[in-house]
Amino acid sequence: MSESTSTLREPAPGPTGDGEPFLDVRDLRVHFPTDDGLVKSVDGLSFHVHRGKTLGIVGESGSGKSVTSMSVMGLHKQGTANISGQILVDGTDVVGSSPEIVRKMRGKRMAMIFQDPLSAMHPYYTVGNQIIEAYRIHNDVSKDRARQHAIEMLDRVGIPEPHQRVDSYPHQYSGGRRQRAMIAMALSCDPELLIADEPTTALDVTVQAQILDLIRDLQKEFHSAVIIITHDLGVVAELADDILVMYAGRSVEYGTADQIFNEPEHPYTWGLLGSMPRFDRVRSERLLPIPGSPPSLINVPKGCAFNPRCRFADLNGDLSTTERPELVDAGHNHLVACHLPPAKRRELWRDEIQPKL
Amino acid sequence: MTVTDPSGAARAEGAGTAERRELLKVTGLVKHFPIRKGLLQKQVAAVQAVDGLDFTVREGETLSLVGESGCGKSTTGRLITRLEEPTAGKIEFEDRDITHLKDGPMRPLRRDIQMIFQDPYSSLNPRHTVGKIVSAPFHLQDVKPEGGVKKAVQDLLELVGLNPEHYNRYPHEFSGGQRQRIGIARTLALKPRLIVADEPVSALDVSIQAQVVNLLEDLQDELNLTYVMIAHDLSVVRHVSDRVAVMYLGKIVEIADRDPLYERPMHPYTVALMSAVPIPDTKRRHERERIRLQGDVPSPINPPPACRFHTRCWKAQDICKTQEPPLVELAPRHQVACHFPENAPAGTSDTPSGDVPPADPGSR
Repeated sequence: MSESTSTLREPAPGPTGDGEPFLDVRDLRVHFPTDDGLVKSVDGLSFHVHRGKTLGIVGESGSGKSVTSMSVMGLHKQGTANISGQILVDGTDVVGSSPEIVRKMRGKRMAMIFQDPLSAMHPYYTVGNQIIEAYRIHNDVSKDRARQHAIEMLDRVGIPEPHQRVDSYPHQYSGGRRQRAMIAMALSCDPELLIADEPTTALDVTVQAQILDLIRDLQKEFHSAVIIITHDLGVVAELADDILVMYAGRSVEYGTADQIFNEPEHPYTWGLLGSMPRFDRVRSERLLPIPGSPPSLINVPKGCAFNPRCRFADLNGDLSTTERPELVDAGHNHLVACHLPPAKRRELWRDEIQPKL
Repeated sequence: MTVTDPSGAARAEGAGTAERRELLKVTGLVKHFPIRKGLLQKQVAAVQAVDGLDFTVREGETLSLVGESGCGKSTTGRLITRLEEPTAGKIEFEDRDITHLKDGPMRPLRRDIQMIFQDPYSSLNPRHTVGKIVSAPFHLQDVKPEGGVKKAVQDLLELVGLNPEHYNRYPHEFSGGQRQRIGIARTLALKPRLIVADEPVSALDVSIQAQVVNLLEDLQDELNLTYVMIAHDLSVVRHVSDRVAVMYLGKIVEIADRDPLYERPMHPYTVALMSAVPIPDTKRRHERERIRLQGDVPSPINPPPACRFHTRCWKAQDICKTQEPPLVELAPRHQVACHFPENAPAGTSDTPSGDVPPADPGSR
């Protein structure tokens, strides 16, 4: 890489908020050595989230979204992953900290809502017990008081008859309620950073709407920083202030939600927008899919990882296949990693892409 | 079956579906799964998965069944393909009653009615090569395609956009989207007339999903296929369907052509469902009035009496708890089962409360 990555306390580029960001991820790399080769799940990712703000991370499966969130939570098993870079949670670096310290941060500092509540909850313990356990680790209270708190939390997330439901097992809940119970558990210690990894993917639309409203309301109440990871652009459009688009372990575009939806500049983002059938517009004759499929993370294409699927790759001479584009500011803190000149990108979007969406 | 079939042209215009022949007709279809208990396995209750469906599918059109999980849409698909035995009702395929056909007489019909499954990972045998998987229908039905089985399989692979040279590969060597294509190739092997597609794209990534949706549409135009699509993603449904049936707890609450349904949904459940879809447009984030439905879908073991939606409906009145609303045609080709429909054409609506939007539809 030609440019040295900015380190330490100089303000990171990208959409801004007031003051110090609560979560600041800098040049994160997560590599998994396997028998087939080194899997570069995340390869040089930087982003930040302020309190009270929501960051949406979008991308296809295998783009490194979930690996990123697991790294922030410090959930990668020691020895299986090579992690480098910095993950500063309110100033504490998760990457260099001992498991004991990270363990103390989980729950209170940061909490996570997993995609599949049935496998994320322990089937042997009642829902109440699982919430109580987390609460008592961070708060020195009696069991009765913690139980009272668990009931309050279940009530807060809209579970009917929380007094009885607190003693139910996860399998006795329906899918939507189980996801709410997960949220109650994640929020039981008022975390300052909440990571929601595909929180609604397994749910029906009506339940999804309830859960998204819930996350929004709770964020307002607790003023937390929220990261929402999803492949559904509709969900991020509803919730996110800023959006990070990931492809093959790297950020290809990073800007405010308005920038990403109204003036996207990366061909991959255009592809995502064109692939999506629109609920809110008159039906287009055909969808505009991205050709090909996402690359293997062992053998990431040379140059721009997106070049084999990009319609505009040959507009840059052979730059796209030889040199990896850096994430640079295209104006108004809108970061794009693409070799096309910004003026050309805007022209393509305006003349070719937008009219067809 | 030629590409220049006039019905293909009719489809493009979006009109003319009315004159086309009915391929599938379902009347009063019921499926109850018994719950048995005790030593004698006495039936104590039944899961009323599907409870009285009426609909028809015309040749060359796509009917989508939508609804929340547990509404019986997948069971309906399995009943049409006769993978489940209906409890009551009638299924007619090309004017022939196939409701209770035995395995033997059903067998030739399997060529005409095929299914695409949701999960491309579990619907392909990992120990068989692609060639073996796609050629299985030929062997099972004892069909000898012109030019040999291998040639036929390779043609099919090409048709669905796979490399015919991958004949000898195993499913694990393919990505999810490619596997789904293998499944589609197998489905198409015997040139079916009706394809029941159970969530064909929901397991795929957005960019791949668009490829498969386009493929299904191209195949429909090329081979004059008829689809019954089971899906929960209302955006995809809007894109692929000609007609849409909204199901709730084993019943159809609304069935209409695509555009009228999306533009003027009449059943409160449909309205709620539509308002819940997140829209990828940041400008409209604050404009939308969202109807929040309360709670979960009731259990199909003991569904609410009369209108099954009354427990979650903001318009429900006493009549909804005592009298079941029939599925009636309120606009041309637009049937709704509701006492107080929304967006109803003037004159037909007897709503006492009128079309006043709910003040605060239960945001508690």
